[in-house]
Amino acid sequence: MSDLVSLFINSVFIGNILLAYFLGMCSFIAVSKNITTASGLGFAVIFVLTITSPLNWLIYHGLLAPGALSWAGFPDMDLSFLKYITFIAVIAALVQAVEMIIDKYSPLLYASLGVFLPLIAVNCAILGTSLFMVERNYTFMESIIFGAGSGTGWLIAIVSMAAIRKKLAYADIPKGLDGFGITMIVAGLMAMTFMMFSGITL
Amino acid sequence: MSETRYKEILFKGIWSENPVAYQVLGICSALAVTVKMSTAIVMSLALTLVTAFSSMIISSMRHRIPSNIRIIVELAVIASLVIVTDEILKAFFYDISKQLSIFVGLIITNCIVLGRAEAFALANDPLSAFVDGIANGLGYSLILISVAFLRELLGAGQFLGFSVIPSAVYNAGYQDMGLMLLAPGAFFIIGLLVWLKNSISGISHSQ
Repeated sequence: MSDLVSLFINSVFIGNILLAYFLGMCSFIAVSKNITTASGLGFAVIFVLTITSPLNWLIYHGLLAPGALSWAGFPDMDLSFLKYITFIAVIAALVQAVEMIIDKYSPLLYASLGVFLPLIAVNCAILGTSLFMVERNYTFMESIIFGAGSGTGWLIAIVSMAAIRKKLAYADIPKGLDGFGITMIVAGLMAMTFMMFSGITL
Repeated sequence: MSETRYKEILFKGIWSENPVAYQVLGICSALAVTVKMSTAIVMSLALTLVTAFSSMIISSMRHRIPSNIRIIVELAVIASLVIVTDEILKAFFYDISKQLSIFVGLIITNCIVLGRAEAFALANDPLSAFVDGIANGLGYSLILISVAFLRELLGAGQFLGFSVIPSAVYNAGYQDMGLMLLAPGAFFIIGLLVWLKNSISGISHSQ
């Protein structure tokens, strides 16, 4: 149990998916202009990550990993090279399905999250989490916690960035640096703050 | 399709509408693989080839793809090319493919590839789409290699793995800037490079 708690804290702060591994930068830059939309997208990312990470775990360990097909009489089969195309198909299909389910059963939630869901299919944080999950040999429970933790870390990063950019509107920034440039430098300072956590051993 | 048109596409992709600095695409990997020159060069090559071929293939199928499922078709084309790239890297550059870790796979969701497919390949003939893919790939490589050059030089005092800063400089009290090898260094360098590029070319910022 304590392992899972430390994995969660680790993936939220120390190995923050955005500030330490740079995943999900594109939507981080594009959607961090407004706190409400930023937190909407952040919650959608947590939601999708918590489902796709364990789902991809099941598919990888049930079908693709070396020797996973031994139950079907192919003990030497290694389909792990198919993981990219499988994962991206699972993510795209799942995002589509989630969008339809939310639209049907919770119009209120759809109104706030709906527009962000298509964006998520090509957010590299989602695919990256699934690939890290394979590379680091997580167990099934760990894959759920890692998905939720990465999503939470991403939410914290994008909401703080949106808050900072709101304040930046009043700052006098040199012309060439305004916009993308200053956003990157602010993100750098945020990454330095998050590095403070890396001295903590759990 | 005249030669000047290809030149124009090349110039746009590499400089005036540079994918990283102007269109703000594909930043994830631009930050992650730039600790060393060698990984940056391999990543640039892989991305340029994947973008060029995916643009060409998607462009040649553009009349046959139903528009409501085009994203998934594009992703399937890109993912197949990435699998091929990954297998080639594993076979011939095993050490570098280990260092690139998951970032080769993440070419699939690299917005440059999908962005060019959506914005250019669906509306143009295969040959211009191929040139456009090469141009954007080179534009990405330009940023990636400059960032990697600065980070490796300032952070480790090396160029392609060779120490280039003479030991006399270290004896005089110079120290490598460890920050450059860590995540924040990448953000700072990209931010400053964008500032430099905007000041040189006089392009107003993209936002």
